[in-house]
Amino acid sequence: MTKTKILRFVQKYTMMIALILVTAFFAWQTKGKILLPQNITNIISQNAYVFVLATGMLCCILTGGNIDLSVGSVVCFVGTIGAVLMHNKLNMWLAVLVMLAVGLLIGAWQAFWIAYVKVPPFITTLAGMLIFRGLSNVVLQGKTMAVTNEKFVRIFGGGANCYVPDIFHGEGMNILCIVVGVLACLAFLFLTFRANISRRKAGLEAESLKVVAVKALVIVAVGIFFTVRLAQYKGLPMALIWVVTVIAIYSYITSKTTIGRHLYAVGGNETATRLSGINTKRVYFFAYSNMGLLAGLAGILTIARLTSAQPTYGQSYEMDAIGSCFIGGASAYGGVGTVPGVIIGALLMGVINIGMSIMGVDANYQKVVKGLVLLAAVIFDVVSKKKNN
Amino acid sequence: MSDNILEMRGITKQFPATRALDNVNFVVRRGSIHALVGENGAGKSTLMKILSGLWPYGTYEGDVVYEGEVCRFNKIKDSENKGIVIIHQELALVPYMSIGENMFLGNEKGRKFAIDWEKTHAEATKYLKMVGLSESSKTLIKDIGVGKQQLVEIAKALAKNARLMILDEPTSSLNEEDSRALLDMLLEFKKQGMTSIIISHKINEISYVADDITILRDGKTIETLTKGVDDISEDRIIRGMVGREIEDRFPKRHGVKIGDVSLEVEHWNVYHPIYTERKVIDDVSFHVRQGEVVGFSGLMGAGRTELAMSIFGRSYGTEISGTVKIHGREVKLHSPRQAIDAGLAYVTEDRKVNGLILSNPISVNTTLANLKGVTSHGVIDRDKELKVADDYKNKLRTKTPSVTLNVSSLSGGNMQKVLLSKWMYSDPDILILDEPTRGIDVGAKYEIYCIINDLVAEGKSVIMISSELPEVLGMSDRIYVLNEGRIVGEFSQEEASQEKIMARILSADPSVKEKKQS
Repeated sequence: MTKTKILRFVQKYTMMIALILVTAFFAWQTKGKILLPQNITNIISQNAYVFVLATGMLCCILTGGNIDLSVGSVVCFVGTIGAVLMHNKLNMWLAVLVMLAVGLLIGAWQAFWIAYVKVPPFITTLAGMLIFRGLSNVVLQGKTMAVTNEKFVRIFGGGANCYVPDIFHGEGMNILCIVVGVLACLAFLFLTFRANISRRKAGLEAESLKVVAVKALVIVAVGIFFTVRLAQYKGLPMALIWVVTVIAIYSYITSKTTIGRHLYAVGGNETATRLSGINTKRVYFFAYSNMGLLAGLAGILTIARLTSAQPTYGQSYEMDAIGSCFIGGASAYGGVGTVPGVIIGALLMGVINIGMSIMGVDANYQKVVKGLVLLAAVIFDVVSKKKNN
Repeated sequence: MSDNILEMRGITKQFPATRALDNVNFVVRRGSIHALVGENGAGKSTLMKILSGLWPYGTYEGDVVYEGEVCRFNKIKDSENKGIVIIHQELALVPYMSIGENMFLGNEKGRKFAIDWEKTHAEATKYLKMVGLSESSKTLIKDIGVGKQQLVEIAKALAKNARLMILDEPTSSLNEEDSRALLDMLLEFKKQGMTSIIISHKINEISYVADDITILRDGKTIETLTKGVDDISEDRIIRGMVGREIEDRFPKRHGVKIGDVSLEVEHWNVYHPIYTERKVIDDVSFHVRQGEVVGFSGLMGAGRTELAMSIFGRSYGTEISGTVKIHGREVKLHSPRQAIDAGLAYVTEDRKVNGLILSNPISVNTTLANLKGVTSHGVIDRDKELKVADDYKNKLRTKTPSVTLNVSSLSGGNMQKVLLSKWMYSDPDILILDEPTRGIDVGAKYEIYCIINDLVAEGKSVIMISSELPEVLGMSDRIYVLNEGRIVGEFSQEEASQEKIMARILSADPSVKEKKQS
């Protein structure tokens, strides 16, 4: 009995456990360096684009294991447009709007072919990958264009001064960061318990309060730890704000709205979904247009962090995003996967990246390790599902 | 050498929910044509799958004795090596490959790493001649008609050195002329010593070619009739196929008032979505009243599902014409959504493939066709959704510890109940149930019948498509018989009988032709 319980627990929280183990491993190997405030900040700022793209990629993968190969090129193209516009002294907010619009348009263009003409997504987005990489090169004429708009860099970037200013002016400790962290934890506790209680009131089955309390406490403890770590450095990175916003919105969309439900339904059984009166074409159209929009946002974050646009930016970003999704438990056949899962997948990749960098592992070996992790995660998924059946 | 090329002794095949074959004995004489007949689900295909090794040795009980030795086939290749070749109802040819390539697919001529194309086509031409085909072996399969494709299948079997050929419904997609040619060819092969087993629903064809006829019913051998010894008239065969008592397996309906016409379909025509010149539904007209259960009977491939799906928001077919009236008003239904909003529900056949999202919980499946009911401003109220699912779970007595579990964890009968919940929650006036009890056990069937009775008691209309004749007879107030896309009979409950329906299906073709001529 207890053995099966443990087994079920491990199966449910595999990636979470893997993340903790991997972090512990690197903490040991790097003598705790990976948990230094600066490195924790780095994991977030360096991987901001992965979090954003992986969230969008999840929506595509949910529809049936379909991927979007063009996101790296779209990131680059959108960044290029932005850099050019700001170089010509366009107002930065206008430039941001244009970049998001361009991303959305590209997404809609590809989504149209995929949803309404039934061109396979793999091919449509492979074409997009070539088209927008090429166009970026054409616009930049193969050169680098600097992004000199300081305000833009500060708001979207991941560099030295891209932090939310501490309005409380704490000494050695960013008080705003602590305040926000604590407030977030309280909000989390409130929402968790309210949902549980309302479920009880409605006479539905609900987890016992003890289990909920333990789970919530663990999450709050981790949250507080990171808050303190961030506060000890320079406070809240701006990139974190954007990432959290995206995660919050898309967690909500995928788990609570009809749009999200339709994504899962189409991936789970397209015929059944269509015969249930759901417009499946529109679902595909949403997934791929939305991917374009988020690629646009990732493009903004990328040029702000690197303070320039280059024709090579965004290369293999699509692979980071796809990898995070599958490591995070999305099914290669569609219909299964969650935003929090994907974020854990992206974090796992980020920790492995930075951990190996600190250890001084050769970049080529890093790729080998990441590849093996991806394969192992999917093998585990497939095998454990087979056993359950 | 014994006179019998094949003896299948005491074959029993158990599936999780049903016993498909129960102590079946089947003996085939050398050099004969042996017909295997029975209703849908009688166990014919299962028996042939065991013979061909598709169900490997060990998954069934009993012995397959071929040429005097007990065989233990593990895969199709094993049986083919012995000369047992099965030709399936759905042709297994690759459309974009040539006839020659198809004939030797998996059995390529030449050396291991180099196919000898000259030999391939020379051999292919030889076998094509044997079946009377003059096509070049380099012609692509997609460029020849279905009749010729069937002949290619037979040539392919000959190329495998077949000594026992099994043909599953070989003429189901052929016209009269091609069918006759094919049957004559079988007779020709017989003269040369070939043994054939033919599965067919067309009794006239069977009486034409068969030396022996074995009748299966409900997974049991009923009898084997021999030409020249027994009576093999059509009536005799039909009686053997259906001749069972209807037990008290159907709950009675009391005092359900049959009201006005709720759904009326007139002159409905549908063409195949891919082979657009093929007419799948041919001038079908029918109606259903409130509080009425109307059964649709017919063989597989008669067009029942196609009819239902084409009405349900044009989910099937092209160039659909005809009118649909709901409560006397003509409606245009161009999508499943419009059909649902008009009060229709189509409970799909094959709940695992077309009906349910197996990777999702029961609750999600329950609300899928009516998400609006648990949604405000695009946001789903999870608690309300669980409540709805729970209510249906209790109402239909679905056996599950929780509605948050995935539907894949349920048994077939309980899955069917979830599927019914989904469509009941969409609050339809007219429900089309496509094979609602296929593959579920007797107890669960009874419960499904009770649900159907409750539905009509509420004044709803139910159309029940079913391949099980007893079920159609036991549950329906009125029965339509569909064959090859046409309605070939309509019976009230009083006048309907298994024999009459079967006779209508089997003799459908001539009667339709008469109608066309007049």
